[in-house]
Amino acid sequence: MKIGVCVKSTPDTAITRFKYTSGNDGIDAAQVKFTVNPYDEFAVEEAARMKEAHGGEVVAVTVGDAGAGKVLRETLAVGVDRGVHVDAVNTDSLATARLLAAVARSEGFGVLFCGKVAVDDQASAVPAMVAELLGWPHVSVVTAFSTDGATFTASRAVGGGVEEVVTGALPVVITAERGLNEPRYQKLKDIMAAKKKVVGVVTPESLGVSAADLAPVVTFSAYADPPERPKGRVIPGDAAEAARELVRLLRDEAKVL
Amino acid sequence: MLDLFHDDSHRALAATAARFVDTNIRPYAEAWEEAGSFPSDLAVRAGAAGLLGPTYPESVGGGGGDVFHGLVVAEALVRGGSVGTAMGLGSHAIALPPILALGTDAQKERFVRPVVAGTRVAALAITEPSGGSDVARVRTRAVRDGDHYVVSGQKTYITSGGRADYVVTAVRTGAPDSGHAGLSLLVIERGTPGFTSGPPLRKMGWWASDTTELFFDDCRVPAANLIGAENFGFYAIMANFAQERLLIAATCVAMAAEAIRLTERHVREREAFGRRIGDFQVIRHRLAEMRTREAEARSFVAVVAERHRRGEDVTAWVAMAKNAAVSACSFVTDAAVQLHGGLGYMRECGVERLYRDARLFAIGGGTTEIMNEIIHRFAPTSR
Ligand SMILES: Cc1cc2nc3c(=O)[nH]c(=O)nc-3n(C[C@H](O)[C@H](O)[C@H](O)COP(=O)(O)OP(=O)(O)OC[C@H]3O[C@@H](n4cnc5c(N)ncnc54)[C@H](O)[C@@H]3O)c2cc1C
Repeated sequence: MKIGVCVKSTPDTAITRFKYTSGNDGIDAAQVKFTVNPYDEFAVEEAARMKEAHGGEVVAVTVGDAGAGKVLRETLAVGVDRGVHVDAVNTDSLATARLLAAVARSEGFGVLFCGKVAVDDQASAVPAMVAELLGWPHVSVVTAFSTDGATFTASRAVGGGVEEVVTGALPVVITAERGLNEPRYQKLKDIMAAKKKVVGVVTPESLGVSAADLAPVVTFSAYADPPERPKGRVIPGDAAEAARELVRLLRDEAKVL
Repeated sequence: MLDLFHDDSHRALAATAARFVDTNIRPYAEAWEEAGSFPSDLAVRAGAAGLLGPTYPESVGGGGGDVFHGLVVAEALVRGGSVGTAMGLGSHAIALPPILALGTDAQKERFVRPVVAGTRVAALAITEPSGGSDVARVRTRAVRDGDHYVVSGQKTYITSGGRADYVVTAVRTGAPDSGHAGLSLLVIERGTPGFTSGPPLRKMGWWASDTTELFFDDCRVPAANLIGAENFGFYAIMANFAQERLLIAATCVAMAAEAIRLTERHVREREAFGRRIGDFQVIRHRLAEMRTREAEARSFVAVVAERHRRGEDVTAWVAMAKNAAVSACSFVTDAAVQLHGGLGYMRECGVERLYRDARLFAIGGGTTEIMNEIIHRFAPTSR
């Protein structure tokens, strides 16, 4: 079975300081170090494990510019056999979803793993759209997954310690939650072997997706920083007195009590 | 700069090592240093991440990389905040190369593969109470008896001495006065009757690493554990020193970088006489000197490593690189303590530990004086 996994190139939030483009309508990508979206790493790992258990081929797909294609290569050292880089601009979630769905259809994936959210736009929209476009079921925020090759069982942590177990028939779109697995390390041996693996570059046209299909339905008008956090306040005095004052402030000023 | 010679594979391995260190070492570094040891399953995790043998051949489970892959991992381990852990985890880096160079396939399979996987620990035991610099003085004797050697003697200051399953041991197989020509390397396995290790020695630094004495009391070791030919042990030991000393040098450079990082942060935050101490010119200049010494050492080590990678004879260069890196590291860690003031003398402070840990590198892996002897002997003569 071919196992698909969607990979987005997102800013490395650990080291990146964001700057806006001059019109405040985007992030200045030149200032950013991109890496694999952290939740997609769980998706990649799950795909790799599924292949190890059942055989098949793991194909990672990304939509984006040449930089995204380069980030996609990182997954070739952690269990992905082949990459597909759709050379296109990420305009909005629906356009991206159309391209990913077209790849899933032409490759004939049995399962498509995605991260539950991309840490840049935080939209969580693409996987559900892909499933809808394909007519496949979609299970989100999955923390455990298994399959026998025809059907699947997926668990979702729905809050309050409650676990929801979903079963169904393949093909399916699964989005990975933290805890689904522990992504493996890129070992040098695999890093070297990855150099020989292929990332195929495809265009929207070759996938049969027209410019009209890709016309954005969402436009981004402006970005702004959240308001700066006001300075903290120290309440002097002995503990009992300070506690009384704290309660008064929480009630009268912050109005949270 | 070291990274002048890096390609994507070095950067990818650096990312792996950084991720491993951030999740498996840094959060616990201080506790392990205070406790004087690190958990034994750390090696298993490091092995699974491919960090215990990046430069060893794939046929024994290694990464098949070049010297820079080794240096990248050594640097990342220092950033974990416990040099002792890095050294304990890496004790095989001096023990395995003679086996890789001269051992049989069976020996590699038995002694190298499980160590690279992290399920067994290896150490190298040369130094004896009677001396470490003068390797020709090794007194531990191994007398052939059928298909065994009977080993008696004592070693000291052995890194991972208490943990090691396999101790690659320098023994005298020749006559007592045979000097260099009468030494051999034997792998002595934990559990062999007559082999014991002492309690952890109490040290100035490297606290998380266990350093012990080893005792061999008529210990019967299979002759199959002899590495290479009998009486060729000295050459087996010497053959490996280039890579080991480059690793030490890279470790020193990384420690200097770490001390600079901590100091930059401190002088930005600490205030005296109405301003941040980093705004005093004398402090800025001291930091500039620290950066310069670190950059000098880093560049030199990189160039020597590259010459080594190209297959040149770097015996003298490597000795110079070790001394230069040790000297830079000593200077920088000393200045780092100074710029931290009283805090720099406190155990809670990272530079205090770096300062203590740095001191060993002028002694271990061949002292500065011995390096100078090597430079004298092997450096190309000037016209
Ligand atoms: C924490 C730690 C870990 C260690 N780990 C290991 C290990 O894993 N395996 C191992 O085998 N050993 C290990 N050692 C031992 C280390 O390698 C030796 O301490 C070192 O080689 C020096 O030997 P020595 O202590 O006998 O000093 P000596 O050889 O007695 O030297 C004393 C002084 O005399 C100087 N000197 C000696 N000969 C000359 C000369 N010809 N010319 C000029 N000066 C000279 C030395 O440079 C030094 O300054 C470790 C030591 C420590 C402290």
